[in-house]
Amino acid sequence: MSDRIQDPGAHSPARGGDEKPCVNCGCAERTAKQDARRGFMFRFGAVLLGVGGAIAAVPILGTLLAPARRQASAWVSLGSADAFPAGQTRFATFLSPIRQPTDGDAAKTACWVRCISPGKYQVFAVNCAHLGCPVRWFAQSRLFMCPCHGGAYYEDGSRAAGPPPRGLFEYPWKIDGGNLMIEAGHLPGMEQST
Amino acid sequence: MKPPRVVGMAIDWVEARTGAVAFLAPLLTHHVPRNAKWWYVFGSATLMFFTIQLVTGVCLATLYAPSAAEAWESLRYIDEEVPFGWMLRALHGWSSNAMVVMMAIHMLQVFLHASYKFPRELNWVTGVFLLFTVLALAFTGQVMRWDQDAYWGLGIGASIADRIPVIGNQVRGLLLGGPIIGGETLSRFFALHVFVLPGAALGLIGLHLALIMKNGISEMPKVGATVEPATYRAEYEQRMEKDGVPFYPDAAQRDMVFCGACLVLLVVLAAVYGPFGPGGQPDPTLIDTNPRPDYPFLWIFGAVSLLPPASETAVMLVAPLVGVLALVAVPFFANAGERAPSRRPGMVLIASLAVMAVAALTWEGKTSPWSPVMNAWSALPTPEHFLAGRTPLEVQGANVFQFAQCRNCHSLDGLGGERGPALDAIATRMTPDQLMRQIQQGDGNMPAFGRNLDSAQMTALVSFLSTLRPEFEAPAVIPGAQLPLPVQRMPGEVVTPVAVGSQ
Ligand code: HEC
Repeated sequence: MSDRIQDPGAHSPARGGDEKPCVNCGCAERTAKQDARRGFMFRFGAVLLGVGGAIAAVPILGTLLAPARRQASAWVSLGSADAFPAGQTRFATFLSPIRQPTDGDAAKTACWVRCISPGKYQVFAVNCAHLGCPVRWFAQSRLFMCPCHGGAYYEDGSRAAGPPPRGLFEYPWKIDGGNLMIEAGHLPGMEQST
Repeated sequence: MKPPRVVGMAIDWVEARTGAVAFLAPLLTHHVPRNAKWWYVFGSATLMFFTIQLVTGVCLATLYAPSAAEAWESLRYIDEEVPFGWMLRALHGWSSNAMVVMMAIHMLQVFLHASYKFPRELNWVTGVFLLFTVLALAFTGQVMRWDQDAYWGLGIGASIADRIPVIGNQVRGLLLGGPIIGGETLSRFFALHVFVLPGAALGLIGLHLALIMKNGISEMPKVGATVEPATYRAEYEQRMEKDGVPFYPDAAQRDMVFCGACLVLLVVLAAVYGPFGPGGQPDPTLIDTNPRPDYPFLWIFGAVSLLPPASETAVMLVAPLVGVLALVAVPFFANAGERAPSRRPGMVLIASLAVMAVAALTWEGKTSPWSPVMNAWSALPTPEHFLAGRTPLEVQGANVFQFAQCRNCHSLDGLGGERGPALDAIATRMTPDQLMRQIQQGDGNMPAFGRNLDSAQMTALVSFLSTLRPEFEAPAVIPGAQLPLPVQRMPGEVVTPVAVGSQ
């Protein structure tokens, strides 16, 4: 590499230091040593940026990606088990046990409770297994029907007709102190078994 | 009229410090093809609507409360209490739909005229990215309404994401910003709708326009005027030099008139029809709802309902990818040669089919005949002429027909669901035995009622359905079997056996 940069535009007035004035016009002369130092400084700055950036990336990616892993559920009460008479399917609502302060009404959740016989229940999510629209129960025909694409389910939640690939999603339940409890949380989805 | 001297001095002052005139002047003076007439106004109109979106959007952001607990209420406040707030929302909503429509027309024009060929491949590619950015803006905008449609629309998006193999659950979490549709979902979509996507759109628009300046406006296609990448640019520049006209005023006048007309139309539409929604409040326990997506997505809503369940997941996940790739690939797969539509019948066919498919699916999505009418069974009367002269058993059957929610999926006299066929003349197609079998066993899209109706109900229902035929048509018969005696016969009526339904 040449010791001198040929481009006259690169000449700038001498600013003292170890930059020797050049013979022709008195501007700063660039030496290979200086270039090497500038290159090093650039790389050094890049490393600093990289280190700082990597640390800053922790909260950035952390907050952006956290929801991918957050899966929570908890037991929540649907009220007295006596409110669900045997042989009937009833509408019930609860506040999502994993709600956040800003959720507002969206934390309210609905489900269908079927009491097969005293002490035996099935609790279905309202969300159709097709695309998640809320299914409605028709006691006369003993069917759940979905208003979106015509999915239909029998009273035990199994698929009766239409596009759903599976039966209704169910919540695990238990009786605790006379209350019907279900384990609910994240939106029901494919990972749940029928 | 000459501008006063001081204006010229001011311009010179700014120019000396910014170079703005030197930078902007070519935007006005660059030559465009003489024959680029009214075909070329749609891009400008799209840009105009985008500008409206930016301005009205910023105004709305000063009033809207992006919090799940308050968003819906704040829209009501904007509509009813902020002076002209309703008009602001109306402009934003109508302009959003108009922008999507203009963009689609612009894209169709570019596709039909093959303007994407060399050297404008990247004009097209940036355009495709803009298309998806704008659609994403439309979808996130629907979420901003935070009503029942927004809530359940998100539910649909979440269900589709959930079907992705292996990582479906994670993708759904990323989409919703949490395990449920809630406060963080709205905040996430708000960030997308007001920061990320408009920023992306602005950058892409800048790129799109820079490429237009670099590559010039394409000429109208002419049979035989083929694109040869080796010589195209030089020849194009020569032609523009010789035969082109300056963008201002020759082409700009048309853009101005068209954009002006569009804006007037927009203002009128917004003032007359008002804002979209918000619909019912976003309380997921109010399940008496009938979620529908906004116009730009009705065709997708329609498409997913027509897919056979077996292939549905695959199609829902793969089709969008294939769609994006196919659109991006267009100019690479055909970047030279003829541009005239008459020499590219295949491409014209593809475009026509695509337009017809989207139009038909949008119509389907709008009318959604596949959706049961959830309150038909309780709300609709049984037509009188299906009851007159019927036996008590048959009338009982008419009751069962309503109470078993058959009417939600089957219409009588044109009223009721259209999920299944109308049953006005079912007795001409099916014998009582076949009816019994159909009702007991159902089939793919009809539930089996075998376990849900007792035998008395079933008998009544079948005897009612067996009367559903026009008087002059004979009941269905099993081929080769003896004709059952018609219930009523008009004098001189000829009984002709009717083909039996295949079920
Ligand atoms: C969830 C919607 C739904 C409900 C509820 C429903 N059906 Fe159907 N039904 C259908 C569909 C869809 C078909 C068309 C079957 C096919 O896809 O081949 C059908 C077909 C039929 C047919 C045959 C029609 C023909 O022309 O081939 C009869 C008869 C019928 N249904 C009667 C009933 C009766 C009676 C009831 C009430 C007990 C009922 N359906 C409830 C959806 C429904």
